[in-house]
Amino acid sequence: MKAHLTRRYRFSASHRLHSATMSEAENRRVYGKCNNPYGHGHNYALEVTVGGQVDARTGMVCNLVELDEFVSHEVLERFGHENLNCLEAFQHVVPTTENLCMEIHRLLERGFRAATLEKVRLEETMMNSFEYYGPRAAEGVASRE
Amino acid sequence: MVYLTRRAEFSASHYYHNPELTPEENRRLFGKCNNPHGHGHNYTLEVTVRGPVDARSGFVMDLAELKEVLNREVLDAMDHRFLNQEVPEFRDRIPTTENLAIVIWQRLKPKLRVAELHRVRVYETPDLFVDYYGEP
Repeated sequence: MKAHLTRRYRFSASHRLHSATMSEAENRRVYGKCNNPYGHGHNYALEVTVGGQVDARTGMVCNLVELDEFVSHEVLERFGHENLNCLEAFQHVVPTTENLCMEIHRLLERGFRAATLEKVRLEETMMNSFEYYGPRAAEGVASRE
Repeated sequence: MVYLTRRAEFSASHYYHNPELTPEENRRLFGKCNNPHGHGHNYTLEVTVRGPVDARSGFVMDLAELKEVLNREVLDAMDHRFLNQEVPEFRDRIPTTENLAIVIWQRLKPKLRVAELHRVRVYETPDLFVDYYGEP
């Protein structure tokens, strides 16, 4: 039987939203306070959903310790208490939560083999969150609704 | 089609052990969860049913009936219980959150007539939950 397991993690990081393809005035207009050159930070909450058959031997979709170690290594250690704009991944990509959500999906999908990665959900604050089902997911298909 | 979700809470203890494995393998695989005396969680259950809205009542289904089914099939059987010992399905199945979601689905599915069961979500902690949609 196939089940879907979601694990929630937290990390804090800073960023500045600024696009090199826009003028200073345009950046200020588009990004508002988020364009402050000194940057600002968030407590991000990350939800990782994996799916798969429940193993009859363990009763699990995947070993939680393996998932936690993988997410810690690939995401929490990489982004936790960092300035996102200083990282390689965001040299040419604006570190919006949309782009961070997609980057986290890419990092997890390229190496995690114990179950199928289904969704990455990222909360920037309690008021806004973003979900990404991967580059191959047709819109709406994975949401089941 | 409208989806209705009802939340319930229950507290229970469990431990993870597969009798077909050696004690060493069990300890390695399940870690602290292998303690035979058990440990507990405050579980949160979310049950989602779906169906057309009845023109006369304006309901997908009567919430009182859903509560009654949840109480009888899940809470009476599992709240303040040792899952391994007191819930028959877990005599030969490890009471992981995955299996708990599946067992709750199997208990509710035949009892819901008016609306269709869509999803069972079980939170073991606020940071860990499992969804089951009845998939084989």
